[in-house]
Amino acid sequence: MTLPEPRGGRLAAEGRLPEQRVALVDLLDRLLAGGAVVIGDVVLSISGIDLVRISLRALLVSVREGDAVEGGMRRDGQE
Amino acid sequence: MATDQGVYLYAVTRAEGEGPDGLTGVAGAPVRRLVHAGLAAFLSTVSLEEFGEEALRRSMEDLAWLEETARTHHRVVEAIAGLRSTAPVRLVTVYTGEAQVRELLDERHEQFDAVLSRVTGRQEWGVKAYAVPVPAEPAAEPAAEPVDGPRGASPGAAYLNRRRAALRGREADWRRAAEHAQAVHEALMHVAVVGRRHRAQDPQLSGRREQMVLNGAYLVDEERAAEFTRVIEDIVGQGVAVELVGPWAPYSFATLDQEGEAAHGDAS
Repeated sequence: MTLPEPRGGRLAAEGRLPEQRVALVDLLDRLLAGGAVVIGDVVLSISGIDLVRISLRALLVSVREGDAVEGGMRRDGQE
Repeated sequence: MATDQGVYLYAVTRAEGEGPDGLTGVAGAPVRRLVHAGLAAFLSTVSLEEFGEEALRRSMEDLAWLEETARTHHRVVEAIAGLRSTAPVRLVTVYTGEAQVRELLDERHEQFDAVLSRVTGRQEWGVKAYAVPVPAEPAAEPAAEPVDGPRGASPGAAYLNRRRAALRGREADWRRAAEHAQAVHEALMHVAVVGRRHRAQDPQLSGRREQMVLNGAYLVDEERAAEFTRVIEDIVGQGVAVELVGPWAPYSFATLDQEGEAAHGDAS
């Protein structure tokens, strides 16, 4: 939680995104659905784990816990 | 021994230039550069107690852990991509040791080379579009109807009619927005080198009430970035709200081609 971060500084100077402005969900879209995938080589950890599903579940659970209150209002006409 | 340690891989570049130095990777370990076969792999040592398959199965569901790992990975990739063409590697790619990374660089050399050629001088931009209701014509009131109100339409019936119209309107709004998003995507593809659509984000995650209808990623020549954003400005409105996010390191375009890389590789 308390990593010494280069608070945007250098990256912003290079015209890249300041770290803290990047939404985690946008980041995970890229880190879990993008990037060079080297499964099939001798990668240890990610073989056989559906990372996308696992982390999406974690995200959704955290959001639901965060605003469990709102209630009411279905947004789709489903009844 | 040493079976309890692995190496975490962040990104691959060509073996050129210096640094970046002094980067801190996941779990606080220093990031180092392994040069092999004309490529450079950026990696750091990790404990397999934390980054082995068993542990990951649990920790990927621990949001604090996931966020810290993702942000650290991202910070390392950004620092590298700020200096030279970079092929980011997917989150939590862990090998048992440097020997395996060297093997990777040997075996996938052509494919990494093709990715690096593809992304050179280009950046990834994210474009998200949301369906927004077209503001109803300034309340379709008077004008059409006599001031003393239509006879026979009770307030209740009038309410229900408005309600139904609103629901129909919302459905139509959504469909219109989806079509519009497709048009946005196609327009952006005229400027982008290549693009792909990520899965639309759940409204709970996007932080917006509106339904996301486009979650696109586009690889754009650096000198065409302004043109790219202009396309968005021109096309925005009419039932769709658009967010531009970036530039990113080319995460969405670092996929290694499994076959036919010759087709993509530019021979020269």
